[in-house]
Amino acid sequence: MSAVPDALSVTDLRKRYGANEALKGVDLRVGEGELVGLLGPNGAGKSTLVKIACGLVGPSSGTAEVAGAKAGSAAANAALGYLAELFRFPDWLSADELLQLHQKLVGSRGGAAERRELLELVALGDVPDRRVGHMSKGMQQRLGIAQAMLGDPKLLLLDEPTSALDPAGRRTVRELLETLRGRGVAVLLNSHLLSEVELVCDRVIMIARGEVVAAGTPAELSHAGGIEITTGRGARLFAQATREDIPRLVRELVQAGEDVYEIRVIRSSLEDTYLELVGGR
Amino acid sequence: MSGVGIVAGFALRESVRRRVFVVVALLTVAFLGLYGLGVWRVSREVTEFGDFQAGVEPDTVAGATLLGLAMFATLFLGAILAVFLTLNAVRGDAERGLLQPIVVRPLGRATFLLGRYVAAAGVCVAYTVFVFLASVVITHLFIDWWPDRLLTPALQMGVAVAVLAALALGGSVLLSSTANGIAIFMLFGAGLTAGLLGQIGEALDSDTLQDVSQVTSWILPFEAHYQDALSEITADSSGFTRYAINLGPFGGAQEFGAFLWPYTVLYLSAIALVSLWAFRRRDL
Ligand SMILES: Nc1ncnc2c1ncn2[C@@H]1O[C@H](COP(=O)(O)OP(=O)(O)OP(=O)(O)O)[C@@H](O)[C@H]1O
Ligand SMILES: [Mg+2]
Repeated sequence: MSAVPDALSVTDLRKRYGANEALKGVDLRVGEGELVGLLGPNGAGKSTLVKIACGLVGPSSGTAEVAGAKAGSAAANAALGYLAELFRFPDWLSADELLQLHQKLVGSRGGAAERRELLELVALGDVPDRRVGHMSKGMQQRLGIAQAMLGDPKLLLLDEPTSALDPAGRRTVRELLETLRGRGVAVLLNSHLLSEVELVCDRVIMIARGEVVAAGTPAELSHAGGIEITTGRGARLFAQATREDIPRLVRELVQAGEDVYEIRVIRSSLEDTYLELVGGR
Repeated sequence: MSGVGIVAGFALRESVRRRVFVVVALLTVAFLGLYGLGVWRVSREVTEFGDFQAGVEPDTVAGATLLGLAMFATLFLGAILAVFLTLNAVRGDAERGLLQPIVVRPLGRATFLLGRYVAAAGVCVAYTVFVFLASVVITHLFIDWWPDRLLTPALQMGVAVAVLAALALGGSVLLSSTANGIAIFMLFGAGLTAGLLGQIGEALDSDTLQDVSQVTSWILPFEAHYQDALSEITADSSGFTRYAINLGPFGGAQEFGAFLWPYTVLYLSAIALVSLWAFRRRDL
């Protein structure tokens, strides 16, 4: 084990809102520089988890630590960048002024260069003086992502950061996340866009009704669904077969006198697994 | 730059950008102009009738009564400023999603509250002291009278709105904007009513009324400071003049003694502690 603490480490975390138990004992960790997707249906407790990690919400029991410091402490908050699901920035500030304010709050010495670089990264480089109140929702969300990245955080907590973005914007963010991974920044990404999560995340954690129901790499979670072979007599599914079985299967079919026209390896997508596990149908 | 400074500076910048201070300045000029007009009219009548009341100094009675009126209005203006600058500092802003990006920064909720308080109280106190002193000067322009004390009542007017700002900021932790605004103005009204009851009690010699007024003023010490400030401006007058002032609407103010000062410090500390405790427990 390395001595570097996990970017985020959550143990037996519970949160109760009155009679409603939003989190029922969640364990999860996000390693240094790891990109983890958090999936789950509406009301699963994803935002609650993230809010506890950044100290906005107090847990009922259990612990959450950011870079080794108790969630909500100044040390923990200094190590993270956060973009809330339902955020709003003061409409009278310009993009550049907002970043300036947050630079001061986080104690960043990056100055104008850091602000310019981040605005470029989120494709707002040409409108640094536009007021937040005059920006579209998607532009505000991009600005929010830039804001979260100020001061080189060790952990980024992004709660549905692409919900208002156009396809090009989503791709920008995907590329951004990959760049961040290269720099060793850990990311916990809440999203309903399974394809997006599948594309960029190292690991995926699914939660439903306040509990973790699955965790693993996207490949592990989108498990193999067998081999479909089309012969002269139609398509046939070998449900237990894997890619390694194909030569043997083809040999057997040819020996049995059949003509093979097409072979398909079937993978259930992350979406299938998701719907299976959280019962979305 | 310290966290308190950043938060306070940000709050002030918002007020500037939203033209709060321009509006306040314009309306204050209008208020002071109107007050000056009133003082000027009264001063002419005082000169006409001045000789008739033997033993009463007409300038003192007129000056003290008019300044009392100005102080009443000043406290009201200061209260409006105090309430509107802090009204939605916590819950209101949290409900709109404005607060969260700031509180997740490593500055701590205590620093945030203190920064907001420094900004709001700083503005209201400076404003109230300024309007009070301006009223004194305007009064003197037309009536040959200075209040018996100047700095203590000025300070006490300032402290009165500082207490209101603390109540409103504390209230913003517990209540949403509208409820908080209503609550603080009702407390303000309750305080003023209690003060008036006390003055009536003084005129009617009713101990009960004065007791009610005293107790309420300790519970809402902005009123105690205001009453103290009112009585300070005529601290040295006596005899028939005193009697004539007491009959007026701003005479007969109660005094609360030196203990009011340490009490106010304790009171503000208690509000700070309760607000911070509630803020720390609040899920945002
Ligand atoms: N402030 C609150 N007070 C009471 N209950 C709350 C509060 N915030 C969240 N909840 C409840 O906690 C549960 C989890 O909510 P949460 O916002 O974490 O869900 P989510 O997974 O982020 O959902 P979504 O995908 O819709 O954003 C829900 O049942 C919700 O009603
Ligand atoms: Mg959510």
